[in-house]
Amino acid sequence: MPVVQSHSSVTTNKFGAAWLFSYISISVQPYMKIFRALFSVALLGVLIWALQTKFGPVPPVGGFINPATGFWQNAESKNLKNDETLQLDGLQDEVIIRYDENRVPHIFAKNEHDLYFAQGYVTATDRLWQMDIQTRSAGGRLAEVVGPDALETDRYHRRTGMVYGAENSLRGMMKDPRTKLAVEAYTAGINQYVRNLTIRNYPIEFKLLGYKPEEWTPLNTALLLKLMSETLAGGSDDLEMTNTLNKFGAAVTKDLFPDHNYQEDPIIPTGTKWNFTPVPVPKTSESFKAQMMSGNKPKARVEGIGSNNWAVSGSKSASGYPLLANDPHLNLTFPSIWYQIQLTAPGVNVCGVSLPGSPYVIIGYNNKTSWGFTNVDADVLDWYQLKFKDNTKNEYWYNNRWNKTTRRTEVIKVRGKPDVTEQVIYTHFGPVVYEDSTQKSRKVPVNVPAGTALRWIAHDESNDLLAFHLLNRGSNYDDYRKALTYYSAPAQNFIFASTGKDIAITPNGRYPLKFKEQGKFILDGTDAANDWQGWIPAAHNPTVKNPPRGFVSSANQSSTDATYPYYLNWQFGNYNRGKRINNRLAAMSNITADSLRLLQTDNYSITAHDILPTLLNYLDPTKLDATQRAALTELKQWNLCYDATSIGASIFNSWWVNVYSMIWKDDFDSPNADLRWPSRDRTIQLLLTQPKAKWFDDVKTPSVETCADIVSEAFNVAVNDLAKKHSKPGKGWQWGTIRPSKIDHMANLPGFGSQEFSTGGNSGIVNAMSGGAGPSWRMVVEMGPQVKGYGVYPGGQSGNPGSFYYTNMLQTWKEGKLNELLFLKSAGEKSERIKTTLTLKKDRH
Amino acid sequence: MLFILIFIISLATSYVLPWWAVAAIAFAMSVYAGTRPRQAFWSGFGAIFLVWIIIALFKSIPNNHMLAKRVAELFGLPNWLLLLFVTALIGGLVGGLAALAGLYVKRVFEKPSESEFTELKN
Repeated sequence: MPVVQSHSSVTTNKFGAAWLFSYISISVQPYMKIFRALFSVALLGVLIWALQTKFGPVPPVGGFINPATGFWQNAESKNLKNDETLQLDGLQDEVIIRYDENRVPHIFAKNEHDLYFAQGYVTATDRLWQMDIQTRSAGGRLAEVVGPDALETDRYHRRTGMVYGAENSLRGMMKDPRTKLAVEAYTAGINQYVRNLTIRNYPIEFKLLGYKPEEWTPLNTALLLKLMSETLAGGSDDLEMTNTLNKFGAAVTKDLFPDHNYQEDPIIPTGTKWNFTPVPVPKTSESFKAQMMSGNKPKARVEGIGSNNWAVSGSKSASGYPLLANDPHLNLTFPSIWYQIQLTAPGVNVCGVSLPGSPYVIIGYNNKTSWGFTNVDADVLDWYQLKFKDNTKNEYWYNNRWNKTTRRTEVIKVRGKPDVTEQVIYTHFGPVVYEDSTQKSRKVPVNVPAGTALRWIAHDESNDLLAFHLLNRGSNYDDYRKALTYYSAPAQNFIFASTGKDIAITPNGRYPLKFKEQGKFILDGTDAANDWQGWIPAAHNPTVKNPPRGFVSSANQSSTDATYPYYLNWQFGNYNRGKRINNRLAAMSNITADSLRLLQTDNYSITAHDILPTLLNYLDPTKLDATQRAALTELKQWNLCYDATSIGASIFNSWWVNVYSMIWKDDFDSPNADLRWPSRDRTIQLLLTQPKAKWFDDVKTPSVETCADIVSEAFNVAVNDLAKKHSKPGKGWQWGTIRPSKIDHMANLPGFGSQEFSTGGNSGIVNAMSGGAGPSWRMVVEMGPQVKGYGVYPGGQSGNPGSFYYTNMLQTWKEGKLNELLFLKSAGEKSERIKTTLTLKKDRH
Repeated sequence: MLFILIFIISLATSYVLPWWAVAAIAFAMSVYAGTRPRQAFWSGFGAIFLVWIIIALFKSIPNNHMLAKRVAELFGLPNWLLLLFVTALIGGLVGGLAALAGLYVKRVFEKPSESEFTELKN
């Protein structure tokens, strides 16, 4: 009877827990007291356990949502404390940190140790999680916190020797007392912050992933720099090129993949004299010649990661002093890859951007000099085909004898799973990334050839940080040249301007001395003649100072013309950005910071300028329908700029993409082996000068297509496609609408990134905005008695999504504007822009 | 009484103790002051529900709820108020269940009381 009665109370009691127990208690009363207690305690236990456990990607909910220690605590107040003093262990003296309106720290220390200690401390305050996750990724330790999903990424990084390379780099850094001091003080500063953390103020991502911040080590700094090498000098298409060579033979490969572009505008102006006697270059190996002869039968690189920099001399500027501009293109993320900072101590006062995880200012200026970078794209990563004696792989054939391999053990911790141990074989070249294709997961880049050894500049001992140490303190051209000699990888176009009225650019790094095309294809690892035989002397690196044209520039295009006596690579970025920059700079006079800012956001397309008239010639307007005719009219009125509101840009872009794809797809889209597709430049050459080339024929159709057929078919496909997706030509066809941009959080967390927004620009355009990659930092510096810097990056200083300084600079960046950078002379200098002051005091025990 | 005890002690200790300490507090206070299952459950539920709302809003209001909005989007919730409600609800359930368990454990060691008979008759 009571059972039925209780049942009716279900409806009256919304939260049934209490009712549930009284219900049971009535049924079997005598034994129930104990059972009820046990059951309720067990239920509570299960609830707490469930809230404490990580299920797949879902964080441990209890800790995350608890408002006293979970994410709610990461909400920062809009009211900042004006002045704060902290007592810190490990400082030698007092440090004053003044924060401006964008939360950029201006650090004033009394000695170098305290300077880098404070840099580590403030950077960790804003960017600890970013620093942790980036170095975890580089060091193959992601699975430790993310779980089995990240295992293949970790294996890849371990097997490519990232940790091995970082250990070698660290040895280099520790050999010089200057960089040793900086790295150790920087590390101590980070750890001072980490040690004072409680669960409550862990950065939100630690709470979300459910792990604890750990202490920083100098190896982490080395790993972070390896990550830069991986991004900028870790790609290769040797495998695709080798497949292409095997499929088409040497003659076709030579024709479609030439060592110099059809259109060039090299970084070192054509005709610049080389004032050195080159050292002898190694002879082309017999095995390489054989490889090029044998092919007698009848992942490509991503555009968009590149950068611009230029400097103009006083003769072209309004002030009579040089100006310098730089915008490195990288993947755009929250938090940003850059962190703005000013570092001041006796002997140094420098301003610009740093990389969270590394001491020093990386791109910036001081009172006398300014400098910046773009990537060189030198071939400093090669693959060697190995011949092992047997399946034990203990010996490999090289230089006419069997040589011993060594093994390096890599233990990868996996969250919730047993450790995974990798035994990586090392040869004198470097690691065997994958011994065979079964060892290689589909998740890793396809361009890693199984059964080969990797020779990579980033594995060698070096002390790149010393170059930054010296650049931060440089006062003239000679100091700049000296700093460059310490820099190894990833090779960069170091641009320079000084108050002493010098400008210069040097495609600089440690370059292996190679025979021509050495490393264009996978090399035969048995032939010692294929080894890197030595190095191009640093003094022979291409460079130019104060050229007659009054400016220097780079945009990842070829470093030199064909007269340079050494082989750096057979391919570089297309010439289009460099060409536009050089055209504009040549035409400009009375240049100001603002005119350079406008050039950084220039949307003019050299590609369209080069080929649009030719493409239009192939169209027969009488064969077009109404929509296609409307599109044609738009194109004819187009100003060749990829502006956000441009409709012509959308039509041309889509047309060009289709032309390119239709020319090459039938020949190069292969399910069996990844092939390298010919470059944009070679395609333009084909369209402009070889309209009868056999490549225009679609081999998959019985009929023979001509250049005109392909071009007009591509136009129809492009326009029809646009009409289908965005209806009639009009507002919906605007470039910024059909190709919106978005900046995501580093871990792609929904809500932690930006909304989609409309921007102009594209890869191959000076304003190189392409979806989620583009100008990660725009800087312009006016040299002179009063140096003035301007800059902005798309993000904010704080890495905390709960901070008002998480995205605050994005809008300025979107509008193509720059912030005037605050460059203080002393800690006491008055400025309205200083909002808060943090004083770090030595802890007295 | 039970409500006020749990409320005050949880609020006072939340910053220094881990999140699940609210369960221990609700449990212990209920052993001390729990009378009937319904009273225990709702006191624990209500106290923690409120404590969590107060602490969350204390941080979120000066933040213009910017972070709460981002986290709501992360979890696919339509707005931050719902996120606040879910937060408080989970806290409330833990608190309520813990107080209830505290009461039942206490009863194992108690002689049958007047109140229990009253309850049976209901």
